[in-house]
Amino acid sequence: MTTTPTVNTASSAPAPAQPPRSPGGWLKTALQGNFRQYGMVAALAVIVLLFQVWTSGILLKPLNVTNIVQQNGYILILAIGMVIVIISGHIDLSVGSIAGFIGAMSAVLMIHNHMPWPVAVVVCLLMGAAIGAWQGFWIAYVGIPSFIVTLAGMLVFRGATQYLLEGQSIAPFPRSFQQVSSGFLPELGGASLYHWPTVILGVVVMGAAVLQQVRQRRTQSRYGFDVSAPGWFVTKNVAIVAALAAFTLLLASYRGVPVVGIILAVMFVVYAFVMRSTVFGRQVYAVGGNGAAARLSGVKTNRVTFLVFVNMGLLSALAGLLFAARLNSATPQAGIGMELEAIAAAFIGGASASGGVGTVFGAIIGGFVLGVLNNGMSLVGIGSDVQQVIKGLVLLAAVGFDIYNKKKGGS
Amino acid sequence: MTDAVAAPILEMRDITKRFGAVTALSEVNLAVRRGEIHAICGENGAGKSTLMKVLSGIYPHGSYEGEIVFDGGPGDFKDIRSSERRGIGIIHQELALVPVLSIAENIFLGNEHASGGVISWHETMTHAQQLLDRVGLRESPRTRISDIGVGKQQLVEIAKALSKKVKLLILDEPTAALNDEDSRHLLDLIVELRAQGLTCIVISHKLNEVMRVADTITILRDGRTIETLAVDGELSEEHIIRGMVGRDMADRFPDRTAHPIGDVAFAIEDWTVFHPLDQQRKVVDGVSINVRRGEVVGLAGLMGAGRTELAMSVFGRSYGKRATGSVFKDGKEIRTRTVSEAIGHRIAYATEDRKHYGLNLMDDIARSVTLAALSKVSRASVINEHEETVVAERFRKDMRIKAPSVKATTGNLSGGNQQKVVLSKWIFADPDVLILDEPTRGIDIGAKYEIYTIINALAAQGKAVIVISSELPELIGLCDRIYTLNEGRLTGEVARADAKQETLMRYMMKGRS
Repeated sequence: MTTTPTVNTASSAPAPAQPPRSPGGWLKTALQGNFRQYGMVAALAVIVLLFQVWTSGILLKPLNVTNIVQQNGYILILAIGMVIVIISGHIDLSVGSIAGFIGAMSAVLMIHNHMPWPVAVVVCLLMGAAIGAWQGFWIAYVGIPSFIVTLAGMLVFRGATQYLLEGQSIAPFPRSFQQVSSGFLPELGGASLYHWPTVILGVVVMGAAVLQQVRQRRTQSRYGFDVSAPGWFVTKNVAIVAALAAFTLLLASYRGVPVVGIILAVMFVVYAFVMRSTVFGRQVYAVGGNGAAARLSGVKTNRVTFLVFVNMGLLSALAGLLFAARLNSATPQAGIGMELEAIAAAFIGGASASGGVGTVFGAIIGGFVLGVLNNGMSLVGIGSDVQQVIKGLVLLAAVGFDIYNKKKGGS
Repeated sequence: MTDAVAAPILEMRDITKRFGAVTALSEVNLAVRRGEIHAICGENGAGKSTLMKVLSGIYPHGSYEGEIVFDGGPGDFKDIRSSERRGIGIIHQELALVPVLSIAENIFLGNEHASGGVISWHETMTHAQQLLDRVGLRESPRTRISDIGVGKQQLVEIAKALSKKVKLLILDEPTAALNDEDSRHLLDLIVELRAQGLTCIVISHKLNEVMRVADTITILRDGRTIETLAVDGELSEEHIIRGMVGRDMADRFPDRTAHPIGDVAFAIEDWTVFHPLDQQRKVVDGVSINVRRGEVVGLAGLMGAGRTELAMSVFGRSYGKRATGSVFKDGKEIRTRTVSEAIGHRIAYATEDRKHYGLNLMDDIARSVTLAALSKVSRASVINEHEETVVAERFRKDMRIKAPSVKATTGNLSGGNQQKVVLSKWIFADPDVLILDEPTRGIDIGAKYEIYTIINALAAQGKAVIVISSELPELIGLCDRIYTLNEGRLTGEVARADAKQETLMRYMMKGRS
């Protein structure tokens, strides 16, 4: 035999890689790899279209789009944290209670103790991280199942919320704090047809998106990978720019980008990057996919789990602050049921209950699916009883479709 | 001794079983007389377990060639229940008991004393007590399985089989997980059951035990019956060993090019580890081994000898409790208390169990290859995915991993290709010392040859390689030196020139002095 594999371990000279080339092969692989994600975006588009027709065009009115973003901001923030928890192979039932507790704490600090709101926000976020660390300790280092620890947390922090508020609501918050959740990017100059700062921001984002695409394409060809055909590349970029432009104009023709929208966008970009491109993100997938194999590959699995819960605590605190600011009061009931919405969003977005699978993008889309359903059904006057039934069935159908696909695909 | 002319209770004639292109059993014949203890001996992979799965209907009638006659009728079992109904009971190495249920509940699981779905506890307990008396287990039938040791659990399994009125009891490596006292007790019980008329088939590696209790021994090798021997004063262990190992090994191993062997790169001294659950049991007992740069050292031993346990406990205490002893790298003592410490000292351990400990089967090849050395494809903890793909492509080509691209999911690869991904992962981490645990288990001959070539190439680069393997020809064809372990103790060290299968096998079975 003439097989003599050269096992060169030291050199890292980038030998030109040659993935199989076949006509349209790149398209096929691109679609295969992202089939789940395209499917979800398509489903969201169908739901949006459906309600757009059903509500005679109210759904996509600028005011209503702004509403959807503002109403769902805190759920989407929770969904980001939750999908990471689920990827790591765990679950967190306590996020709604933590959000409620942090909201109550912020009210006590700002309203009763007159703490300046930025300081109070920082204190609250730190408190959230500390609560996450507390739960993460029991889960990662003691080994109590996350379901139990966070079920306990759900009870503990709900009780703590009621204790802190003495069973009553505290209101109102300082105006500048309210702006975090219900405010907009400030107007420049006088009133005009469009909200100019939003348009400018939109153009900047469009530029950044295209630049990113071009850079990625250039790196790919530098490494010798197949790149998509020029025609397809241009089409794809035009589509991205068109979608962003439409969204920008929608928001700009009302009162501009809501502050929540900006926070959400930043969170999305940061966490999508962390989960996709950092060592930590990779290790979360490894721990959830096969914890034993990850440990034997040198991943500090306990530490990864711990940090995942610290992060969840931090995001729960952020969601609690946004919710309190939007409601302009801290109530004992704040956050009830939020954990379930966040979990549903992650699963609709393609996360797997057994861990190791899921994306931040998917969770955001899943959150929007729920948000648009909520909003659309309310607009057409469907009662909240029927709404719950429908949302439940959508969750079941989305995950059922996933499992059916997996069985059929054999992977 | 039972009557020598007793009629056979079981005859298996010309059994051939194929898995795709691989022939696991080839015209195997087995005749077991009523009321005897019949031992089946053979190396790992000789086909013993496959034969028993054919017999018990796990591989249903029709999926193999040949015929089975059991207890005067055809043995065309379509599943394990139909063989059970005819009186065949099998006890596997991994016990099938529910730990949280009581002894009595386990004995009658699926076979409850009940009327109309309501369990009669009085009857259950009385009957269970009778069975426990019969197997000599002094425990209350109400005791939970998780509260008794493996030895007693084994007895519960036998009681469970007896409750089903078995005529033929098959025990697969019954003493592999037991200590000396429990083993003795179990063997005595088998002899006693024989006196009561039960027929037993015992699969065992432990020749001293086999010689003690068996009436007849059938030797399998490479899926064929080699011979059937009556155990009498004439039969020697040597004879059995010769039957188990005699095979040619031409052309199955790549030539080794001569390269210099350097200083001792890695040494383990006086290493002792206790079983994670049974804290009195030493799984590894005072073992000292070393390996030089450029050297391939083998660890031979039968199932339960403690080879994997030794390797995993050294590699970040990944196995067992209360590990003691020292580890040296290049003459300096090092700490390997966590996996990252071990990797930091440039030690790698590629597991025998790819699916559970080696790979995340949901992940693609590229991400699997880089997992143990992510820092090499990242800057400031941000992964360069292009770099990662290039690296993985290089391994795909060099290691001949058969997959459409490095984005293929590892769960969809064949065993041989999965093994190459695991090896790639550790080679990419660029260790000085590689511990390869059963690197060719469950993969075809062609892929084995390629893996041998890779191992030789690693040694030629000056790496120190430890290979754990259950296949003696593999160790002899691959290693410069071979250590043998038995029951957690080092029993021999054999240089390449002196390495013969018979010699190794004798050391591997050397009992406690």
